[in-house]
Amino acid sequence: MRQEGLLRHATTRLLGLVPTLLILITIAFFLIRMAPGGPFDGEKVLPPEIRANLDANYHLDEPLLQQYFRYLGQIITGDFGPSFQYKDWTVNELIAQGFPVSATIGGLAMLLAFVLGTLIGTLAALRQNSAVDYSVMGVAMLGISIPNFVVAPLLILVVAVYAGWLPAGGWDWSWQRMVLPVITLALPVIAYIARLTRGSMIEVLHSNYIRTARAKGLPELLVIRRHALKPAILPVISYMGPATAALITGSVVIERIYSIPGLGSYFVQGALNRDYTLVMGVVVFYGVVIVVLNFIVDLLYAWLNPRIRYDVT
Amino acid sequence: MSKPVLRVQDLAVTFSSYTGGLLNRHERQLRAVDGISFDLDPGETLGIVGESGSGKSTLARAILGLVKVSRGRVMWRGEELTGLDEEALRQKRKEIQIVFQDPVASLNPRMTAGDIIAEPLWTFYPNMERLQVEERTRGMMKMVGLLPNQINRYPHEFSGGQCQRIGIARSLVLNPKLLVCDEPVSALDVSIQAQIINLLKDLQKKLGLALIFIAHDLSVVRHISDRVMVMYMGQAMEVAEKASLYRRPLHPYTNALMKSVPVPDPKLAAAARQESWLKGDMPSPYQRPKGCIFHNRCPLRVKRCEADVPALRRLENGDWVACHRAEELDLSIQVPASG
Repeated sequence: MRQEGLLRHATTRLLGLVPTLLILITIAFFLIRMAPGGPFDGEKVLPPEIRANLDANYHLDEPLLQQYFRYLGQIITGDFGPSFQYKDWTVNELIAQGFPVSATIGGLAMLLAFVLGTLIGTLAALRQNSAVDYSVMGVAMLGISIPNFVVAPLLILVVAVYAGWLPAGGWDWSWQRMVLPVITLALPVIAYIARLTRGSMIEVLHSNYIRTARAKGLPELLVIRRHALKPAILPVISYMGPATAALITGSVVIERIYSIPGLGSYFVQGALNRDYTLVMGVVVFYGVVIVVLNFIVDLLYAWLNPRIRYDVT
Repeated sequence: MSKPVLRVQDLAVTFSSYTGGLLNRHERQLRAVDGISFDLDPGETLGIVGESGSGKSTLARAILGLVKVSRGRVMWRGEELTGLDEEALRQKRKEIQIVFQDPVASLNPRMTAGDIIAEPLWTFYPNMERLQVEERTRGMMKMVGLLPNQINRYPHEFSGGQCQRIGIARSLVLNPKLLVCDEPVSALDVSIQAQIINLLKDLQKKLGLALIFIAHDLSVVRHISDRVMVMYMGQAMEVAEKASLYRRPLHPYTNALMKSVPVPDPKLAAAARQESWLKGDMPSPYQRPKGCIFHNRCPLRVKRCEADVPALRRLENGDWVACHRAEELDLSIQVPASG
């Protein structure tokens, strides 16, 4: 009974993803084409014959609509085509190289942020309007307000340069090189999640069924864990979908400052160079990641909140 | 008479609130419950009535230890509950349970009816076999008039009356000796109210429960109580046997409450409206009247009421009243209440 409801909910949501992605691809495709310039507009003007050859090779000489349908047919097979800028690289290869790095850092940052954020938020809610509450929320506000391009150099300066505990940057998949970027990425998210958790936790703790749980004779820890945590975490869960997508697809700032070969730098480079296929590839990939994560969030939501399942007809 | 299971002595609960800004902060004290005392015998039902804000629910929660008591004692079978630490008080939940006012909101919307009822068992008997827990849960559901095959449904799939049945099953699953019902029917339709009250009455007889039944409606309390306490602004105005209270109220406030019970006969109702007794609203709990706290609304007040605080005193027939004029007044009910 419970399982069936969840399964039907999942299929309905899954079918809704297809049009979302199609619209995303369409808008991205025509937007990047509308931007002035093209991939081969360098400082050095190419001879017209060479230019014509290049355009023909990449099908840029065809009408735009035809190119669009060609591209659609291509990505349905999962092929993002060759990069215009990085010769001898396909977009698939670039993503395959950059994404694991970005995803590792982003995933770890999200994990850290979720655990710490909900913990801090719950603590603040339990000690509402106390010194603990005010100081934790004050620090959290700071965490949100200070941009990461300030936090990152500060961390490097203190932890790497002065103290010399960790390397200042670079990438070799060792945990030492992950610590600083993960912390930098996680800080504002920790702060945001803590604030979200605090707010909803305070509300939940005042609800009647929490009073019932206390009257049942549950120890306070169980009251929180079994009755208060799930509903209090709902807003955090819905925030986590897009937030996780943003984190694991790579932050340009972080990747630049810590010299990390992630997906974010490719994206910006691609956009600046009018590397159509690379930009499109990353956009579509990014879109799929967001849509899939939101889908997971929806499922989590339904699992955490049985009432939602029956709202879908 | 047997020894009382519950003795409440001079119980008081005070809430503080703050007004003003950061610098000129003032603390205001609200005496929600102010010196309540009563005894409760095993198997007895005490009804508590009063207007909204008279401190009934706070009294209920204070007895359970769900709010902090600022003065007085709650004695449960010879043992003092006030001042017990959290863990010791928690253990007492096996013996003292409560049914709450809003049946739907009081149930966790993310748990099934079965889980809600079984949770006290998991907590106090963690080693109990799963099958045994389920059997007991189904048994409880049957006892309160729910279908045991509804065990996997969520609260929003039940009606308000059914939710209150879940609440009652949940409160009784540990076999308590005292059940505090905090306006258990005020959120329900009248037809459902009767069902729930009859259910509570049957269960009390079957299980030998002592019952504290809170309502703002005298007619509801009448049906179930042995004795009735009338509260006003946190204080007891009258504590009397049901028969004598409904025949001849001793306190003008009790009388006023009686007169405000809707009469299901238009002719009588018009007459009742004409001699509406209760004037105005309850005064602000921050500015308690001097003398008798009821004097400014009392149609029978005399000079003395404005100065002297009437003590809650025992009359010859064993009833208690806090009114200077209790003996001289005759507030007998002339029209026999219908139904």
